[in-house]
Amino acid sequence: MRKQIRLSGSGGQGVITAAIIYAEAAVAEGKEAVQSQSYGPEARGGASKSEVIIDDGPIYHPHVKTPDVVLAMTQKAADKYYGDLHEDGILVLDTDLVPEPPAFKNIVRVPITKIAIEQVGKSLFANIVALGVLTKIIGLVDLETVKTAVSHRVPPHTIEANMKALQLGYDAVK
Amino acid sequence: MSKARLMQGNEACAEGALAAGVRFFGGYPITPSTEIAEGMAKLLPQVGGKFVQMEDEIASMGVVLGASLAGKKALTASSGPGISLKQELIGYAAAAEIPVVIVNVQRVGPSTGQPTAPSQGDVMQARWGTHGDHPMIALSPWSVREAFDTAVMAVNYSERFRTPVILLMDEIVGHLREKVELPSAEEIEVYPRRQPDKTRAEGYQPYAPAEDLVPNIADFGQGYHIHVTGLIHDETGFPVGSPKVTREAIDRMHKKIDIARDEITHVEEYCMEDAEYAVVAFGGTARTAYEAVLAAREKGIKVGMVRLVTIWPFADKAIKALAAKVKGILVAELNYGQIVGEVERAAAGQCPVELCAKYDMTIFEPEEILEGIEDLVAGGNK
Repeated sequence: MRKQIRLSGSGGQGVITAAIIYAEAAVAEGKEAVQSQSYGPEARGGASKSEVIIDDGPIYHPHVKTPDVVLAMTQKAADKYYGDLHEDGILVLDTDLVPEPPAFKNIVRVPITKIAIEQVGKSLFANIVALGVLTKIIGLVDLETVKTAVSHRVPPHTIEANMKALQLGYDAVK
Repeated sequence: MSKARLMQGNEACAEGALAAGVRFFGGYPITPSTEIAEGMAKLLPQVGGKFVQMEDEIASMGVVLGASLAGKKALTASSGPGISLKQELIGYAAAAEIPVVIVNVQRVGPSTGQPTAPSQGDVMQARWGTHGDHPMIALSPWSVREAFDTAVMAVNYSERFRTPVILLMDEIVGHLREKVELPSAEEIEVYPRRQPDKTRAEGYQPYAPAEDLVPNIADFGQGYHIHVTGLIHDETGFPVGSPKVTREAIDRMHKKIDIARDEITHVEEYCMEDAEYAVVAFGGTARTAYEAVLAAREKGIKVGMVRLVTIWPFADKAIKALAAKVKGILVAELNYGQIVGEVERAAAGQCPVELCAKYDMTIFEPEEILEGIEDLVAGGNK
């Protein structure tokens, strides 16, 4: 079954890295996956968006049309990227960074960045907290597989903190 | 553990070049090609190769020509304005018969254009960007795996024909990550650097053509006297200002590739067995065109796709045969309309040729190409 996921925020929040790790985990489980991204010429602070499509069969057109899940890590991203969500899709918002949730029926609000700062120690773990949230909500790839994918991507001395961030995000979804 | 992994098109391009024997990269970073330079910077030192970041794109082109003349298979990669700057030396490589591969990960132009946005607007620049009569080989991959495969082919063709080869990628494939399984070293055919076939005592002439019309030019440092120039030269490599030598030099430059044209012009067909209409596409756009073809088939339209892997030399034979078979051709390309002119020329009026063009920073959606297919069919039934 095809799953279409969009991760959005601003440059520097790590949404592209989170998307790559999720796609890597899907591939590790034998699924087909494509990951694409778009960003402005400015690397940090500009709009940043990454899309992942996961399927059992081949994937040709690489862009998401009707996402099943949209993650927004800024108000601007939330307003811009939730519009084409599937009617039964889920909009995942960083509670504090998206103070005004768009009018959509299925919204999951998680204080992603707050968890990263207060419980992991740095805001830069927010993308991995978000990855934990998405892993739980999407339910397509096993948490253990995502853990392995994270550990392959991040600097060795940060693995422990990243594992904590991932688990906190996963557990934050009721 | 499976060998399958998630890999980016630009990364696969670097891996392919390395597998084909590239041991030198000179370049200057530019979006959306930078990951190729990053990949080569990481990979080359591991195999005893050299990576040099030059001061600009012109110097990047010069340094790879120097490396190639000194015996190393060489690669450079750039985009838009960088490729424009390289043009004079691409012509030099064609004239002096220096093997080299130039990767162009296309972005929206002209000029600095839209630095991170996808385009396929350099099709004609690839063919005619440098001045004068010259042959050109250009390949365009549609997947991450094919970025690897066409990088291998590009290096092989540049070595075999001693000519510059352009790997015409686009941002769609360059930045795309997908599941890929790369072939092992044993599965890859590598064309070795051509070696001089005579000694100096036997009267070796560096630019004397072998049977396949390509000269076996010795590398610098092999003990031969070699003169390399962009001026028209005879078999000695020294310039000659005569009509006969000029005509013969330009003839041979073209013929060495013309005689192998069928072998190097790769075209892939999809759903063409019973097709009454065809979409012609290449590179990343073909991924979307294929979904449009599948959607049209669901609506009962008998349409297929012909995908150009080799952009130059153009697939005249395949398109001529296609135009004789189908009721209409739709060309989908991410530019104002470039390869469509070649398709029209090769189709030679045998069937209508319509254009589905896009040039607004965004890639095609399948619905847009589907609409083009439906318009083509409606036009044919008028």
